[in-house]
Amino acid sequence: MIDVKGLTRYYGEKRAISDVTFHVNKGEILGLLGPNAAGKTTTMRILTCYMPPTSGSAKVGGYDIFDESLEIRKITGYLPENPPLYTDMTVDDYLTFVSKIKGVEKKRIKSEVDTVVEKASIGDVRDRIIGKLSKGFKQRVGLAQSLINNPQIVILDEPTVGLDPKQIIEIRQLIKNLKGDHTVILSSHILPEIEQTCERVVIINEGKVVAEDTVENLTNRLRGVQRITLLIEGNEDSIKQALQPISDIQKLDFAAKKDDLIREVVVESEKDIRKDLAKAVVNNGLGLLELSTERFTLEEIFLHLTTKEEVA
Amino acid sequence: MRATLAIFQKEFKSFFYSPIAYVILALFTALTGVFFYLYLSSFVEASFMDTIRAQQYGMAPQKFNVNLMLIRPYFWNIALISLFTLPTITMRLYSEEKRLGTVELLYTTPITPTQIVLGKFLAGVAFYVVLLIPTMFFQSLLFIYGDPEFLPVLSGYIGLFFLGSAFISVGLFISTTTENQIIAAIGGFGLSLLLWVVGWGANFASSTIKSVLGYISIINHFEDFAQGVVDTSHIAYYLLFCFIGLYFSLKMVESVKWRA
Repeated sequence: MIDVKGLTRYYGEKRAISDVTFHVNKGEILGLLGPNAAGKTTTMRILTCYMPPTSGSAKVGGYDIFDESLEIRKITGYLPENPPLYTDMTVDDYLTFVSKIKGVEKKRIKSEVDTVVEKASIGDVRDRIIGKLSKGFKQRVGLAQSLINNPQIVILDEPTVGLDPKQIIEIRQLIKNLKGDHTVILSSHILPEIEQTCERVVIINEGKVVAEDTVENLTNRLRGVQRITLLIEGNEDSIKQALQPISDIQKLDFAAKKDDLIREVVVESEKDIRKDLAKAVVNNGLGLLELSTERFTLEEIFLHLTTKEEVA
Repeated sequence: MRATLAIFQKEFKSFFYSPIAYVILALFTALTGVFFYLYLSSFVEASFMDTIRAQQYGMAPQKFNVNLMLIRPYFWNIALISLFTLPTITMRLYSEEKRLGTVELLYTTPITPTQIVLGKFLAGVAFYVVLLIPTMFFQSLLFIYGDPEFLPVLSGYIGLFFLGSAFISVGLFISTTTENQIIAAIGGFGLSLLLWVVGWGANFASSTIKSVLGYISIINHFEDFAQGVVDTSHIAYYLLFCFIGLYFSLKMVESVKWRA
């Protein structure tokens, strides 16, 4: 449904995204995950034809973003990071206006507005002026706007920002309900959100795609990594020398110095190497004071991917 | 067409959402009202004095022409007040969209920049027509108590309509260049004023430049309308003027999209 190939976009000298490539299947919910300023918004703006890429190409619903932008805009609904609301209008007036510019037939406008108002559960505030609504309601009005005219493709830029926990659950449920009929791209920097709503995830960091996989595969792949923290008596060089023969160590870090003699060492490995570590330390005449293991949390996997590219 | 209409309706309604529209309406009506009163009383005084003088010297009283002495200068006056008022109408036309971030909505829905610009321009013109209604009421008093010619009044309003549209196209263009309404207002007023006074310098220039500057000047083309002459060459000037203003606005709207 959406095919992105080698998108690159410069803002003046600064490169916002580079060579972004991914694919979204029909009826699927894709999560676009990345820290702030990673290029999520830029990617979405290009896909919604808000602005063109510097190079690369993309097809949305089979239409080219350069040549058939009008067709794309007819079949997509878009919720930007800051919901584009006319703050002095009422919710009803606003949604009616959006229906008109989206080309909804005159006699269908009323029912269309009713439908999205119900979907976003904003029935109680229909006659209120948007500027007077709380952040959460504004966000929902923005979401309602993006669903007008039943678009095949829905692109949501951080849809749950500024909502309270109850509202977040509701919005996530709403997004999940879009699955099947709509193709959804959703961006977020919150991992659990992506994990709960999306089937597949594309992780972007510093403008580059660092991983594209199903949520399950991604977590499994990294959950296998074990992190072992050791407290060793000895100096850095001798510790390095002692641990060198263990080939399964993927990464070795010296944490902050405790005191002159005792060092904290963090080791990562896919295999269980606790015994080997202990043996190596003791055999080299160093004192092993502590050894503990931990598994990666989801947040850490995310950090892992976005800060250490070589792991991905 | 429907999208243009949607933009037009939204824009026109939104004038009245904020207090600005009411303040402008009130001030415009008050100012044009005061000037109408001043012109009317000086006209009445002049004709009254003439009647007395005629009686004293046993002569027939002069016939005073309302169109010439009252209505014509009054149209000039409305034109001048419009120069100051219209930038406050046009300032928010586009810069508001930029400030609110709603350009992101407009650009990602199937509506073209031409429809956006045209809808906004027409909304501005429609509001200007609303502004002129009270002055029509003032002038209708002349028809109730006096006997002015009607057609020069009509041509005066046609002139004001075109002049106002030209100012609005200038203001809309300035509004597309900034998200700051104050800058949009000052810029719109400055450019309008420049186009108004550019003809004044013409007298000191050589004949070619003189005719060019005189032609560019936005107010020179208004003169004939105020005098009761509807000349198609002046209408053509104003249409061309609006077209250029809208064309530049359109290019700005498009270029903002490409620059993002």
